[in-house]
Amino acid sequence: MGKTLYHKVFDSHTVRQLPSGQAQLFIGLHLIHEVTSPQAFAMLRDRKTSVLFPERTMATVDHIVPTEDQSRPYQDSMAEEMLKAIEKNTTDNGIKLYSPGSGKQGVVHIVAPELGLTLPGMTVACGDSHTATHGAFGAIAFGIGTSQVRDVLATQTLAMSRLKVRRIEVNGTLKAGVFAKDVILHVLRVLTAKGGVGYAYEFAGSTFDAMSMEERMTVCNMAIEGGARCGYINPDETTFEYIKGREFAPKGADWEKALEYWKSVASDSDAVFDDVVKFDAAEIAPTVTWGISPDHGAGVTESVPGVETFPEAERANIEEAYAYMDVKAGTPIAGTKIDVAFIGSCTNGRISDFREAAKVVKLHGGKVAAHVKAIVVPGSEQVKVAAEAEGLDKVFTDAGFEWRQAGCSMCLAMNPDKLVGRQVSASSSNRNFKGRQGSSTGRTLLMSPAMVALAALEGKVSDVRTVLK
Amino acid sequence: MSKIQTISGRAIPVRGGDIDTDRIIPARFLRCVTFEGLGEHAFEDDRLQDTRNGLVHPFDQERFQGAKVLVVNQNFGCGSSREHAPQAIYRWGVQAIVGVSYSEIFYGNTVAIGMPCVHVSPEDSVELQTLIETDPSVEVTVDLEKSEVRAAGKTFKATLPAGARGQFLEGTWDAMAELVSGIESVKQTAAALPYLAWK
Repeated sequence: MGKTLYHKVFDSHTVRQLPSGQAQLFIGLHLIHEVTSPQAFAMLRDRKTSVLFPERTMATVDHIVPTEDQSRPYQDSMAEEMLKAIEKNTTDNGIKLYSPGSGKQGVVHIVAPELGLTLPGMTVACGDSHTATHGAFGAIAFGIGTSQVRDVLATQTLAMSRLKVRRIEVNGTLKAGVFAKDVILHVLRVLTAKGGVGYAYEFAGSTFDAMSMEERMTVCNMAIEGGARCGYINPDETTFEYIKGREFAPKGADWEKALEYWKSVASDSDAVFDDVVKFDAAEIAPTVTWGISPDHGAGVTESVPGVETFPEAERANIEEAYAYMDVKAGTPIAGTKIDVAFIGSCTNGRISDFREAAKVVKLHGGKVAAHVKAIVVPGSEQVKVAAEAEGLDKVFTDAGFEWRQAGCSMCLAMNPDKLVGRQVSASSSNRNFKGRQGSSTGRTLLMSPAMVALAALEGKVSDVRTVLK
Repeated sequence: MSKIQTISGRAIPVRGGDIDTDRIIPARFLRCVTFEGLGEHAFEDDRLQDTRNGLVHPFDQERFQGAKVLVVNQNFGCGSSREHAPQAIYRWGVQAIVGVSYSEIFYGNTVAIGMPCVHVSPEDSVELQTLIETDPSVEVTVDLEKSEVRAAGKTFKATLPAGARGQFLEGTWDAMAELVSGIESVKQTAAALPYLAWK
């Protein structure tokens, strides 16, 4: 009986069984940032413990960094204090930190892959739920809390229980104007925000086989929005091609050894899954959320679904979503007026995302609607440089978008980029939770970067298939 | 590390499925380098929303102040991994949570800080919430040893994963000491992994 990638990697990283029945799991790559690490270092100091494998932790700053004026000290004194804390903690413990200006800073889930730190067959942990992103490489990658960040710093291990594995198979070719973001929003809509609790998601099938690494990262990134702590795609030639030559990728004789190992960790053809769900790529449309959970999605040509289409236990939530978003069942999704457009985040802040959005801007030929504030935030300093080399920044700024510096920005609005009052945001990020984008009454519509670009130009949610044919 | 066997006290209900960690503690309160002071901001924006709508959120109701047991519904704590969320609830005064289901990361965080979350049926979670709303003075007991919740003469079956249950009962819920005791084995596992030696 064959094994899944999840089980192979979990087994090879299991140090021993703990008395609780959990496994002590070795973490191959630990990523830290300024928000969830300071308390962990404080706990280590309290317990007079040091970092066991400092070379296996990488740090950057992303959540609180401003995307306009990055001169130090930051105008926000708490942001400055958090920056100083991670600078001191990483210096004291011999951990590499990529700060703004280093040329390699950015959203942690964008930086680690682009540096070649994320590799197939690894375990990856970070105090951030979107660590699932790294599963795109065939790694087992999951978010952890701050006490667990402490555990990894002290022991390079975690106490973890084994998950079940659900294979999510999508086959076929995506239609023009339909992106990786639409695939995952569609999957979430069907399997719900809690359907994946207790599972790892294996994304497989010809649709994922045909995707670039950046597209695969978008999909795995949002596994957590379906309740699955991690999502992954088996490594293949696309994976190896992406990694080759990157700064920390294995080189020379080690590259050959790496290829052998990476090929061996993929799920066996006769692997047994706890569940299998299949989708047809041709049935997926550009998808937009209308509610307050990432599984509240609908095709752009559909309407807000009626409460009766949801199970009884969900209906109170659905009513709450209607009230918060101020929408009614039957309201068409297309035509929803927006106030703000945000392109960026660990979900969609990579070079291919900006290329697609810029393509829409060029094909449309117009300017950002007069009532819309549109910001474009590259996911890393490297992405920013690459986009500028291609002239994408100019495409955006000529059309009235603001081109910013790298960070998490308005995905969770811990920096100055925030919604105001009841504003509606068309956003390429990952969460439409109440208050997520910085205003406790603000509203978020999740969609692909191309759809955000078009919404910015039209001033309302519009079908990108009218531009991308 | 202290053993946690039973938690008894008054309870507070927060109704609704998929209550995410952004709602439990909005991101602006993550601008900090310690967890101190988070308790007073638990559910801050939901509380503001209720106030605007002429309602009073349970965390603002006088009758629920001092409660030790929080009763919730499905998929509580979904979304962000922020430990600030369980820390805020714990620092407000909650010592145990009773609910139908929890997100994995939230659950792991509650074990790490010694705040048990037990699972009850959807019907029982609602019955408990109604019971507490009707009489906030009722004492609710979360009994990990017997795997049950007791309130007002009624007993509800309440489970938690065997591992977490054992960790609370034996006082080994802070994983770090246990993990540190295995460091020699950790080094052996690391040496056997192919990728640690690559250059």
